[in-house]
Amino acid sequence: MIAVVIPIAMTLFAVAALLNLYRLAIGPDIVDRILALDTLMINSIALIVLADLKMGLGVLFELALLIALMGFVSTVAMSKYLLRGDVIE
Amino acid sequence: MTSLDMPWTLQLVVAAFLLVGALVALIGSWGLAKLPDFYTRLHGPTKASTLGVGCTLIGSLLYFSHQQDGVSVQEALVTIFLFATAPVSAHMMGKAALRRRLGSVAGSQNPPER
Repeated sequence: MIAVVIPIAMTLFAVAALLNLYRLAIGPDIVDRILALDTLMINSIALIVLADLKMGLGVLFELALLIALMGFVSTVAMSKYLLRGDVIE
Repeated sequence: MTSLDMPWTLQLVVAAFLLVGALVALIGSWGLAKLPDFYTRLHGPTKASTLGVGCTLIGSLLYFSHQQDGVSVQEALVTIFLFATAPVSAHMMGKAALRRRLGSVAGSQNPPER
């Protein structure tokens, strides 16, 4: 049952990533592109976790945690730069 | 993948978590692609994608806690980190959008000052 569900879930997350790429391409303002990149990071975490489930390894969570950390820090840094004109004041 | 020794109830719960998480994340990204202005687009992915990835991670936690010895805490760590950081990044993006005075759809309450 799980072996049937995992490819379906990966397909749905891939469609979600394509929708994020669409918004990243057409986004009218740069804040829309930051939001699209942040959502793409979150969806890629789920794709990594699903690939780990499919391979049955149980070792890729450090990768997921690292990508979550990098996505959060980069989003906050770009928003802070747009907000104040400087990242670290 | 060897899920043959799992009881079918646990397989059903894990499969339901994975499927519901993927559907909710897809709805959030659809909202990001479809909604008209930035303030409504911010609403979709920050709630739905976090909940969808959280459901996927809980399904993975249940699976690996059964397959391996002991509770698999790494997924819980990723889930807690996402739930703690998603509102912060959404707040920062909303403040940046207000600072740039992005337009909102007609009829919205308390529009950003021009």
